[in-house]
Amino acid sequence: MVSLPTLRAPVTRRPAALRDGVWPWVFVLPLFLGIAVFYLWPILQTAYYSLTTWGVFGGSTFTGLANYAQLAADPQLLLALGNTLLYTAIVLLGVPLAVYLASLLNLPGLRFAALYRVLFFLPYVAMPTAVAMVWRVMFNGDFGLVNYLLGLVGVDGPYWTSTPGFAMAAVAVVGLWSSLGFSMIILGAGLKNIPPELYEAAELDGASPWRQFRSVTVPLLTPSIFFVTIISVISSFQLFDLLYAILGSSNPVLPKSMSLVYFFYREGFVSNDKGYAAAIAMVIFLLIGIVTALQFRLQRRWVHGG
Amino acid sequence: MADTVTGVRSAVAPGPTAPAAAAPVARRRRPRRRAGHLTAHLVLGIGGVLMAFPFLWQLIMSLSTNAEVQSVTPSFWPDRLQWGNYAAVFEQLPFLRQLRTSVLITLLRTGAQIVLCTLAGYAFARMRFRGRAVLLALVLSILMVPSQVYLISQYQIVQGLGLLDRLGGLVLPGLFSAFATFLMRTAFLAMPVELEEAARLDGAGPFQVFWRIMLPLARPSINVLAITTVLWSWNELLWPLVISTSSDAMPLSAGLATLIGQRTTNYPVVMAASLLAMAPVLVLFIVLQRRVIDGLAQSGLK
Repeated sequence: MVSLPTLRAPVTRRPAALRDGVWPWVFVLPLFLGIAVFYLWPILQTAYYSLTTWGVFGGSTFTGLANYAQLAADPQLLLALGNTLLYTAIVLLGVPLAVYLASLLNLPGLRFAALYRVLFFLPYVAMPTAVAMVWRVMFNGDFGLVNYLLGLVGVDGPYWTSTPGFAMAAVAVVGLWSSLGFSMIILGAGLKNIPPELYEAAELDGASPWRQFRSVTVPLLTPSIFFVTIISVISSFQLFDLLYAILGSSNPVLPKSMSLVYFFYREGFVSNDKGYAAAIAMVIFLLIGIVTALQFRLQRRWVHGG
Repeated sequence: MADTVTGVRSAVAPGPTAPAAAAPVARRRRPRRRAGHLTAHLVLGIGGVLMAFPFLWQLIMSLSTNAEVQSVTPSFWPDRLQWGNYAAVFEQLPFLRQLRTSVLITLLRTGAQIVLCTLAGYAFARMRFRGRAVLLALVLSILMVPSQVYLISQYQIVQGLGLLDRLGGLVLPGLFSAFATFLMRTAFLAMPVELEEAARLDGAGPFQVFWRIMLPLARPSINVLAITTVLWSWNELLWPLVISTSSDAMPLSAGLATLIGQRTTNYPVVMAASLLAMAPVLVLFIVLQRRVIDGLAQSGLK
């Protein structure tokens, strides 16, 4: 989804006697046919569907840009986009946190580093719908642990999972929790690539530890920080599992707290308006494209040596 | 934060300095470094406990009564451990059936991706054939498209094949992966060409070269592929939710997500079911920890 791979393989020049014959096709076709039928064709079909209107009893007619016009005027799109952006913003707070934690975790000779790594990474590999169940209870307005703890410091906690803004905030906290470990690992790989001599030189110049962090660690880590930011934004735009499982499919607050992907799911598979859902899917595609392009633009400005 | 950086720096500092001159420096630094580690242990220790806490809380709740879970003042430990909640998972929920579905779809997808994507990845990296660049560009273009864009049409294909609510429908599109192909192509590209050429000049055919020489070298990357596919397949929600209508046909992820709201919620049983549903992957992760973390980081970085 993220990296832009080079399409050119190194040109291997082989004598005519060493041609591969039919083998390349035997190797490639089983996969390629599957990809063509289940991915490439569906992409084209969705693009077409987005230009059609579906009747209640099936059957569709070509209606041009009608879906897009309807979508542009649909307050639900803005609502879903706003909710998705709120979620993304909260999850992105995890990036600076991950930079700090990764710099601690990668101290040379730190004991128990493997244990810490496992603890922080655990939420990332855990099934989202399964961890959602415990968070859902912890955020319960009546008997949840979160409000109990807030009560201890005199705060009257809200009904997290049934109040629109708070519901998304609660889901985003879980999103942050589950992605933090992954960011730390990616950033840790970046930290290992910083040449130690730079710290020696900074030390000789009398730079304070904070100054070294600011002037050596952070600038040299910017490619990794940039990468983690892009990954976080793209996966945040795909928010569905945690939202659906923490709030629950029958929760009346879900329509007000929906993400873009939930909006897509509801139109396409609950209301069965496949044409409209296809248009939403194309808009999600476009938005992710724009955000990614913007970030690559910014990268040129602030990524050191990028 | 300040201590951290000191720690990093002082550990690498002993360099060209003469031992005599270094000694006092080291003596001056050691306490600072230990102080740095102390902060690190404090922050990472508390952070790590917080990260793991929801799992622990889930375990405690899974052994409590429903009344204890719903008491306004949390009972931090159940009066009596309710192991019966775990038996109830198997008696009251279609758990075994869903577990079987999860295991089957994960095995089938992982197996198919290993075979198909390794073969295709190799051909895209090392074989020459007409149209290679075009086919490769088509496969890789999928990596930039969010899954919602092909979901509707995939659903219709599966529906057309009469595979809704069937294992075949759950598995089908996931047998093929553009990402895994990309991963394997990258792996084969990084291998030395000379090995292959030498074998070919000795008279080995294209398949033999692949099977005897390149495939064994690709083992680490195949592991990465297997880990990412197992995780994705086990945890995925949207596709199974769309494809299956009855909870009997669902894998665990979708089964759990639709559990609450169906009947009066028995929280302890839900918690026990969730823990059991996660357990296989969590155990796999804890056993293979380094490999999983490095593998995922690597697949993310590529």
